[in-house]
Amino acid sequence: MTMPTSLTLSKALNAGLRRAMENDPKVLIMGEDVGKLGGVFRVTDGLQKDFGEDRVIDTPLAESGIVGTAIGLALRGYRPVCEIQFDGFVYPAADQIISQLAKMRYRSRGNVSLPVTIRIPCGGGIGAVEHHSESPEAMFAHTAGLRVVACADPADAFTMIQQSISSDDPVIFFEPKRRYWDKGEVDVASDLADALPFDRAKIALEGTDVTLLCYGPMVRTCLESALAARGDGPGNGHSIEVVDARSLSPLDEDTICASVRRTGRCVIAHEAPVYGGLGAEIAARITERCFYELEAPVLRVGGFATPYPPSRLEDYYLPDLDRILDAVDRTFGY
Amino acid sequence: MTVEPGGATTTAPTEAPDGLIQLLTPEGERIDHPDYPIDLTADDIRAMYRDLVLVRRIDTEAISLQRQGELGIWASLLGQEAAQIGSGRALGPDDMAFPTYREHGVAWCRGIDPVKLLELYRGVSHGGWDPKDYKFHLYTIVIGAQTLHATGYAMGIQRDGAVGGNGASEAVIAYFGDGATSQGDVNEAFIWGSVFNAPIVYFCQNNQWAISEPLEKQSRIPLYQRARGFGFPGLRVDGNDVLACYAVTKKALQAAREGQGPTLIEALTYRMGAHTTTDDPTRYRLASELEVWKLKDPIERVRAYLVRTGQAGPEFLADVDAEAKKVGAELREACRTMPDPPPLAIFDHVYAEPTAILRTEREQFAAYLETFEGAGDGGERR
Repeated sequence: MTMPTSLTLSKALNAGLRRAMENDPKVLIMGEDVGKLGGVFRVTDGLQKDFGEDRVIDTPLAESGIVGTAIGLALRGYRPVCEIQFDGFVYPAADQIISQLAKMRYRSRGNVSLPVTIRIPCGGGIGAVEHHSESPEAMFAHTAGLRVVACADPADAFTMIQQSISSDDPVIFFEPKRRYWDKGEVDVASDLADALPFDRAKIALEGTDVTLLCYGPMVRTCLESALAARGDGPGNGHSIEVVDARSLSPLDEDTICASVRRTGRCVIAHEAPVYGGLGAEIAARITERCFYELEAPVLRVGGFATPYPPSRLEDYYLPDLDRILDAVDRTFGY
Repeated sequence: MTVEPGGATTTAPTEAPDGLIQLLTPEGERIDHPDYPIDLTADDIRAMYRDLVLVRRIDTEAISLQRQGELGIWASLLGQEAAQIGSGRALGPDDMAFPTYREHGVAWCRGIDPVKLLELYRGVSHGGWDPKDYKFHLYTIVIGAQTLHATGYAMGIQRDGAVGGNGASEAVIAYFGDGATSQGDVNEAFIWGSVFNAPIVYFCQNNQWAISEPLEKQSRIPLYQRARGFGFPGLRVDGNDVLACYAVTKKALQAAREGQGPTLIEALTYRMGAHTTTDDPTRYRLASELEVWKLKDPIERVRAYLVRTGQAGPEFLADVDAEAKKVGAELREACRTMPDPPPLAIFDHVYAEPTAILRTEREQFAAYLETFEGAGDGGERR
């Protein structure tokens, strides 16, 4: 019995968190302003009222403390979900995430599991001040022991947050902050067991000529680009297949490479700087596995090799429809 | 509990200052403290003496093993035996301890085979035991990081409803040193512990040196006075006095179990050796300082007390020395025969289940290894 409901991505996350807390009394939420306020993006709205202050914990204002104490709670058998208020504020917690959370299972030779989920609103496009628009996913994907996922739409937000919480591995969960208000159909009564596993990529839009690989906030931009390309503007007439990577570590290479083998071309788009970004790793892997099927080099579109600019310039910095279709056009130039 | 008014700007004195809790003087005289009556029998104190001697022997043996190339490095506890055995013996079976990388004495009290401690320093593992089996977390190398884990664990005890009441048997102890008190994590742990009133004891072994940096590079006030600013009791104990460390820790743990929240204990001691076997303290500190602290040795004072009061005779002391010799010999042998892990163990336990990338890398590396002569034992490539 399915019951699709139209929800914003923020509300879908809220519903997923609520469901996880109902299903498992060990699930806790902790972070700055997650209680009465419901988080600055209202993702945890109403949860403290319903589950109490012991399970939805307004913490002191220190990110290392949030993650470090979450590790301790996980050692005690809890499943904490930490909210880092903005992407740029995760760095004070970097040691606890990279040196402790990610490595504890390995350090303990499998004796210790740390099922901690760290939610991070990521990316730009909301006209924010510095440190509120970053895309630090490559740093975490480069850290063995972490799972790194990014949701792009309300339906995935609802299922992937629950899958992350139930995972026995630590998960860095990226939320595309400029898409919090996007609406989509969510089946809130669906069985999680029927959902696509959270470490799998999905074909967001089928196409035949070129694979456009993206994740998080770029998925909507890429879908709009693909639809526009069906007309006779930029990227004219090309049938673009949009692949939403969803899981950035581990990477679902099979789904990605199967698409590239069908189309023979690939463009990767992310907000993070191209240099040293995840696109480089993915392009290298595609090239290794699909070398003889490729008609052109894998191209990348993303942020420049600069810090994130002041917000009046962010529309130039962020890959948009035109820059993406320009890359699509270039991939047909070989 | 004593929280002394702040404001002092002198560095921590090396002579016994006012407010230092002491139950056994460096000369081995028992003195009473109104807040810390002790309930130890002669057997208990003899057992403490035995622990002190054995862990010092383990430490000495490990230093030798490093010099012989059997260990990559060793962090010596020399001089800190009383702080560790005293606090370690104060722990109840359900209490949880979070160590740094130097808590060999506490590990001993938790029943961990010292051979397991060597694994980390020999380079055969990053952690040789299951914390759940011993209620003793893995050694943590990043300074102060474990104090947050300890505090979160204590918050978990609260959420389990296990604080206060008749059956309350669980508290947490977080170990760290004087250098760690400058870390953000330690200060954040104090804040969390305080505002959530967590059942935790913060046990700082102030051994006066953070590698080459003396305490005055870390603090303008005695460390125990920091607790006042965080809103919980802080006290200073003679860290070379095993009885005082035991009594103070026991009382603080009990207060935590009963719901009275955190206590900071500063155990004033001295790092008699190098920071680790890679360090050379002659570059930065005076030998005369060491001589002063030799007179405050944590083991000698217990021996003097036991002998003077007739609670131990030559036979007992000789038995302990013989046992130390045996423990040392066993450790040496176990270290030298400790096998290296197989090369493919590199890929184990990164995630709950191996990912596709790990499976691929493991298969490819295994196939590569197979191309060498004597493949399979991984030994030919070394």
